[in-house]
Amino acid sequence: MARAWRYFLPLAIFFGLLAFLWKGLSLDPRAIPSPMINLPAPAFTLPQLHAPEKTFSAAEMKGKVWILNVWGSWCVSCRYEHPSLNRLAKQQLLPIIGLNWKDVPADAQGWLAKFGNPYTLSVSDAEGRVAIDYGVYGAPETFIIDKNGVIRMKHTGPIDEKILEEKLLPVIRELQK
Amino acid sequence: MSAYKAMAARLLLLAWFGMVNAFAQTPTPAMPPASPEMEARLKLLETELRCLVCQNQTLADSPAGLAGDLRREIRLLADAGKSNDEIKEHLRARYGDYVLYRPVVNAKTSLLWFGPFILLLGGAIMVWMMARQRRAASLAATPAISADEAARAQALLEGNDGPPH
Repeated sequence: MARAWRYFLPLAIFFGLLAFLWKGLSLDPRAIPSPMINLPAPAFTLPQLHAPEKTFSAAEMKGKVWILNVWGSWCVSCRYEHPSLNRLAKQQLLPIIGLNWKDVPADAQGWLAKFGNPYTLSVSDAEGRVAIDYGVYGAPETFIIDKNGVIRMKHTGPIDEKILEEKLLPVIRELQK
Repeated sequence: MSAYKAMAARLLLLAWFGMVNAFAQTPTPAMPPASPEMEARLKLLETELRCLVCQNQTLADSPAGLAGDLRREIRLLADAGKSNDEIKEHLRARYGDYVLYRPVVNAKTSLLWFGPFILLLGGAIMVWMMARQRRAASLAATPAISADEAARAQALLEGNDGPPH
C-alpha cells in the first residue's frame, strides 16, 4: 500500500502542475483587476470635445447610470469596438460619455464624423491625468457608473456584441432598476 | 523574393507606418528640469513602479506613452509635496498592487512569497523520509542468524576458537 502511494505521488504532482498550467493558458496576463470597483468614480471637470469653451463634470451624472468610455482616434481597438457602441447608443438606454484620451481634437472630431458618434458627449483629456485617476492603462476601457457615482464595472479592451449582451447590459439593467 | 515582391512589401510597411503616424497619441507634456535631489528621488520611485503597458519593465525603463505620463504624474505629486509612500499609495489605489514592482506581502501574495520555502521544506521532509525508509529496508534485508551461529559468533568474540569445522 505504502509502495503504491510512493509511485503515484509524482504522477499526482505532475497532474496537479498540468491543471495549473492548463488554467494559465486561459488567463489573460495583461488583464489587471481594477481596485476601483465599488469605489466612487474620481471627480473631473474637462472641456468638451465639440465645444471646448464648455466643460463637463462627472458630478453632472448624479442620479443616472452612465458609461465612461476611454477612446482615441489613434487607438486601433477603439475602431473595432465602435460599431457596438453605436448600436448601444441607438437603444438610448443610458448616457455614454467619451473620455477622449491624449488625442488631437481635430483628429478626434474627424474620426467621429467618419465612424459615427455614439457619445452623449466626449471630453478632452489631453494630458491624460483624468485617465490616470481612473487607472486607465490601455484604450479602450469602459466603466459603468451607478446613480450614486460609484464605479460598478470596468471592462478593459474592446467591447463586442457578446461582451455587451452578456457582461455589460445585465449590469446596466440591474443598476437601472 | 522577387524585386517586385520586395518593393510591394516595403510599400506596405510604409503605408502601415504612415497610418500609425496619421493618428498618434499626443506626447506627454514636458516638465521643467528637476533638482538633482528630486531627480534621484524620482529615479528611485520609477524603478519601484511597474509600467502597465510593458508589464515586465519598470516605469524608469519603459518607452511606452503611458509610462511617460505616469513619470510626469509622479513628478507632479512629488512637487505637490507628497511623500514616496503617498505617491506609491496614490498609484496603487488606481492601478492595484500590480503597479508595485516589488509585490506587497498579503494574503493574496503569501503563496508567492512563502511558496518556495514551503516547497523546500516539503522536499527536505521527503528526502528525510526516504532515507529513513531505505535504512529500514537495508536492515531488514540482512538475513537473521540462527541460535547456533549466534553462539559461534559469541565464542569468537570471547577469543575461543571453538571446535574445528
